[in-house]
Amino acid sequence: MTINYLGSISADDLPATFTKFFLEPVSVGFPSPANDYLESPIDLNQYLIKNGAATFLVRVSGDSMLNANIADQAILIVDRSLKPKHGSIVVASLDGDFVCKRLQLKPRLCLLPENSKYQPIYIQHGQDLDIMGTVTAAINKFE
Amino acid sequence: MKLLALVDCDNFYASCERVFRPDLKQTPVVVLSNNDGCVIARSKEAKSMGIKMGVPWFQVKKAYLARGGRVFSSNFALYGDLSKRVMNILEGMVKKIEVYSIDEAFLDLQHIQNSKQAYEFGIYCRSTVHQWVGIPVRIGIAPTKTLTKIASHVAKHTNGGTGVCCLSKQKHIAHILKTLPVNEVWGVGRNLSKQLNQLGTHSAYDLMKMDIGFIRKKFSVVLERTVRELRGEPCIQIQNHIEPKKQIVVSRSFRGKIEGLNALKPLISNFAVRAGEKLRHENQKCSQVSVFISTSRFGKQPQYRGFNSFRFSHPINDTRSILMGANTALDIAFQEGYAYAKAGILLSQFSCPTVIQKSLFETMNQLYALKQDENLMQSVDELNSHQTQIYYASQRPSSLLPIQKRMVSPRYTTNWLELPTAL
Repeated sequence: MTINYLGSISADDLPATFTKFFLEPVSVGFPSPANDYLESPIDLNQYLIKNGAATFLVRVSGDSMLNANIADQAILIVDRSLKPKHGSIVVASLDGDFVCKRLQLKPRLCLLPENSKYQPIYIQHGQDLDIMGTVTAAINKFE
Repeated sequence: MKLLALVDCDNFYASCERVFRPDLKQTPVVVLSNNDGCVIARSKEAKSMGIKMGVPWFQVKKAYLARGGRVFSSNFALYGDLSKRVMNILEGMVKKIEVYSIDEAFLDLQHIQNSKQAYEFGIYCRSTVHQWVGIPVRIGIAPTKTLTKIASHVAKHTNGGTGVCCLSKQKHIAHILKTLPVNEVWGVGRNLSKQLNQLGTHSAYDLMKMDIGFIRKKFSVVLERTVRELRGEPCIQIQNHIEPKKQIVVSRSFRGKIEGLNALKPLISNFAVRAGEKLRHENQKCSQVSVFISTSRFGKQPQYRGFNSFRFSHPINDTRSILMGANTALDIAFQEGYAYAKAGILLSQFSCPTVIQKSLFETMNQLYALKQDENLMQSVDELNSHQTQIYYASQRPSSLLPIQKRMVSPRYTTNWLELPTAL
């Protein structure tokens, strides 16, 4: 093989589409056919988290939401920026504890468990219900 | 008119402690410094109980707890994460932002036409940060940085207000400045305000009305800028980039009293090692190492403060050099017969490490040795990055064990094992 020196080139002078080509390491073997199709690996954060600044993780303790596919020790993705709606699963503060329940706004304000072993929690007049955020996903780990 | 906004988190550390403790919404909350020495943050309720900023915890502990107050050791992992979230939200709202401290940021409101819109933006910004992160903020809007500080002050002290104050009309600004003592103005310290008082300048309004030429001649261009800014003339720009640090300080109050040079030396070595790590992390080199030691300000024992510096002939960032300099300085600063309560290390006279100052007699061999030293430091830093594994001989590892903070809250947002739980 012979090499002809054609002069030097600076990557800065090139249009963006060429840059990639010239910056690739030059290897002797056949170039990987996948090079032009490189994509970044799948990122779970991207799938699970829409608004990072407003998203918090909460660990579940107990099985009161089992029928909503939220097992004991699951990790909840809680987004504070979403307005909780009727039927949303929320994390709320109740008498100093966080609880994860389904929010019912009508006919009566109440927090519903998803397990027949547990009773609905009715919010009395004058009782404070602080909703921390809406649960957008739950991660159950099996192993 | 171009407007700026200062977003300032209310009682930031205390507010952070409440984010995952909604049950403490109405309870007085204070946060203590490292080693639980002094009060460094107070909720509104704790302030109205008369707890002063910086007061030693032992002085107020009994009365405060008896009245139902809650106390936390500082949890900087939590505060740092929540601060990042707040700044993140603000960054998404404007083109230009200067993060001024862990709990303050200046915003450039160049996209906003008038003060009514600016006020609405303030309301929106405040409710968004509160909804998304749970941190209450107040917002001061004005044409200059100095005036945004004052607007923020007004927003804070207007009870039952919206937490947003927009100062843009000359008449309104003049009215506020008349009620503001001159020492409350940003950049006017205690000494300066004393001098100003002697000249008959008592309020911020008096300062604004002073002659610019006189100020420059008699005081400084810095104060001149302040006066111009009070008049609504922008002089201090929003800085996007972070200025490199000019000095590094590592200091602690001791858990017990330390007597004798031999007891003090290993502790100073610990500080020196930590300072070296910080220096290399900042990509800097220093030419001066200083040591300070002091007895307790409280109690009846004899008082002493010692300070001494060691200068290097060329900029260094090798921990072994810092240790040598620190030990030499300590030998001179130390006085026998005192019970020391606090000490620290200060690195200063920085220069950029990529600029190698070649000494006249340096040979290739010496340059090679320099490269080896750099590699050594890099390896030690890497090994120690999670947990200290390599110690310098003059250190005392046992005093490096994590400080027992019995009242520290969980690291809710940065540690898998300490996530909040929901039933």
